[in-house]
Amino acid sequence: MNTNKNSYTLIYATVMVIIVALMLALVSSSLKGIQTANVELDKKKQILSSLNVNFEGQDAAAVYDKYIGTELVINSNAEVLSEVKGDAFKLDYIKELAKPIQERKLPLYIAQIEGETKYIIPLRGAGLWGPIWGYIALNEDKNTVYGSFYSHASETPGLGAEIAQTSFQQKFVGKSIFNDKEEFVSIAVMKPGQVAENQDQVDGISGGTITSKGVEKMLLSCIGQYEAYLKKSNGGTEE
Amino acid sequence: MSKLISDKTKAVFLGPLSKNNPITVQVLGICSALAVTAKLEPALVMGLSVTIIVAFSNVIISLLRNTIPNRIRIIVQLVVVAALVTIVSEILKAFAYDVSVQLSVYIGLIITNCILMGRLEAFAMGNKPWESFVDGLGNGFGYAWILVVVAFFRELFGSGSLFGFQVIPQALYDAGYVNNGLMILPPMALILVACIIWVHRSRNKELQEK
Repeated sequence: MNTNKNSYTLIYATVMVIIVALMLALVSSSLKGIQTANVELDKKKQILSSLNVNFEGQDAAAVYDKYIGTELVINSNAEVLSEVKGDAFKLDYIKELAKPIQERKLPLYIAQIEGETKYIIPLRGAGLWGPIWGYIALNEDKNTVYGSFYSHASETPGLGAEIAQTSFQQKFVGKSIFNDKEEFVSIAVMKPGQVAENQDQVDGISGGTITSKGVEKMLLSCIGQYEAYLKKSNGGTEE
Repeated sequence: MSKLISDKTKAVFLGPLSKNNPITVQVLGICSALAVTAKLEPALVMGLSVTIIVAFSNVIISLLRNTIPNRIRIIVQLVVVAALVTIVSEILKAFAYDVSVQLSVYIGLIITNCILMGRLEAFAMGNKPWESFVDGLGNGFGYAWILVVVAFFRELFGSGSLFGFQVIPQALYDAGYVNNGLMILPPMALILVACIIWVHRSRNKELQEK
């Protein structure tokens, strides 16, 4: 057969593209259900990681249901929009972050651990190569950090990717996001040796400065959206 | 059955491991060798993924080799590789989610690996499926072992660990030992690959240019 004819080439290319497209569509649609379930389970695991909960060898979904008692959808003025469990979890956070701040619907997870309330705020930001994200859990005082979890899509292994290590995440425990004057200042991630003024700080990763600073910006902008909610009940209980 | 272990097949498998190594002799696939060798684990996984993909895309192209129109052969090769990588990535996402999260970056890098296109064009287009499969395995392993050697030195001296486990004792750090920061930066991978090429060529005189 003459495989150099134009008609042959055209037909060959068309048939090949159709077969490959059909195959990929088939694989993608048949695996979609399992993949979505995996993504949801992974999200629950990430939230649990920010609470320092060990779910190794257990059904993470059951552990999640045990600890996370309340899921709230709030706005930046601290008004609660929904208390139905599942609403906050299904919220597309990335889409909400693209809206102006007054219109955003913000998910907030509230956990009960050993009788104490913990508030978990989802984080989303940019690293050096791609998105970074995480969850930060605050103590009952809505000020000090109980635990944190960070992950990334494509940071450099050995450098920026180290934000996903527990050794880095543990550094945040006990830090305050409000300063002495009750102003929201977030937590700074500094090069080792440098000092941030007027706010708590942790050491960044050597060689991963842009990713470290990305974590700092992510904390500032994401926790900042919840400022009204965190402040509101803070003042109320202290008086 | 004698065909399965013929001398030619043996040469096809062993060649890329040393005298015709894709990295140290053909200098292909260098970009990914820089990107994934800061730690041993991603290097190993990347080596294995590339091996599997090269072997199977070699077989597919070899089966199709007599039907592929000459003028669009590169496109056909690319489509086969891309389709294979996408399917592997989808399956990983469904059945080994944790692995796929870890591999996210590298899966995409596999498609751009020059070794793939090089083997498809140079070998699979002119050889039978079995030889092509063996050639894919040989080149994949040839690529993988260089990656693992480079990653071994980078992780050991850059992070003081192997596969994430601390191997340099704390006492040494207390005595003033510091991890070498240059080791985890990409240029060090080039320097290490160059060192391997140097050793390799001084042991195999026939590889030296006049």
